[in-house]
Amino acid sequence: MIYVTRRAEFSASHFYHNPALSPEENRRIFGKTNNPNGHGHNYTLDVTVAGEVDPTTGMVMDLKDLKKLLESEVLEVMDHRFLNKEVPVFATTIPTTENIAIEIWKLVAAKLKSGRLHRIRVYETPELFVDYFGD
Amino acid sequence: MVYLTRRYRFSASHRLHNDNLSAEQNSRLYGKCDNAFGHGHNYVLEVTVAGEVDPGTGMALDLGVLDGAVQREVLDRFDLTNLNLDSERFRESVPTTENVCIEIYNLLKDKLNGGTARPGARLDRVRLEETNSNAFEYFGDTTAYQATGKVR
Repeated sequence: MIYVTRRAEFSASHFYHNPALSPEENRRIFGKTNNPNGHGHNYTLDVTVAGEVDPTTGMVMDLKDLKKLLESEVLEVMDHRFLNKEVPVFATTIPTTENIAIEIWKLVAAKLKSGRLHRIRVYETPELFVDYFGD
Repeated sequence: MVYLTRRYRFSASHRLHNDNLSAEQNSRLYGKCDNAFGHGHNYVLEVTVAGEVDPGTGMALDLGVLDGAVQREVLDRFDLTNLNLDSERFRESVPTTENVCIEIYNLLKDKLNGGTARPGARLDRVRLEETNSNAFEYFGDTTAYQATGKVR
């Protein structure tokens, strides 16, 4: 078994707010990230696919296919977007890095044809990242 | 389950030297790191917490809790210190980055596992970079970690 990771970058804005909570509770829990005007990040996405090396090609999967998949399923949806307002799932789910990682897992897993999706890692900043293994 | 990692930095000096060994043995074992005056590093610390996403907040852990624990337990204790001379712990064990990594794990473990963190959130991993070229990782009970079959 070998693990192949492809990196992609996207930029997006978001804010954290739970409509079920009072304005005071939202401010207490989320602090500055509760500002409804939003703020932005340059996200870095690492997608790791696990598989066996195909003896004919020497590859786990064609990385061009993975690149295209990330462009069509993730970057098209999230790059240069206001996540809360433009990505339907984040109208009802707070677009924390945790939830972004889980959502990207779903988007990629649904379309991946070869190899097995092993890990989604999303860096919100170089100092903060979330890993999701699908369980 | 998601795994959230935060990076921190601290600078400290240390000397790798075991009092139970002869000068020659120390010199052979630790080389330049045995220099009696010590030497310093800019350490980069990664702390990984595992937890379920709280549906109300979308978060696995309040980062303020993590930052507060790391500040109190690690940065206040080790930043801008001499690990051998200023830390009780490293009077009895050599402050190799392996031992510092394990010590940081043990310092943080009880502050995150249950404690004031979100229920269920737990310390998963401590990774400590001594330089850009060496890093050490500790998962606590490594047999439990290996049993999950996760490779990261």
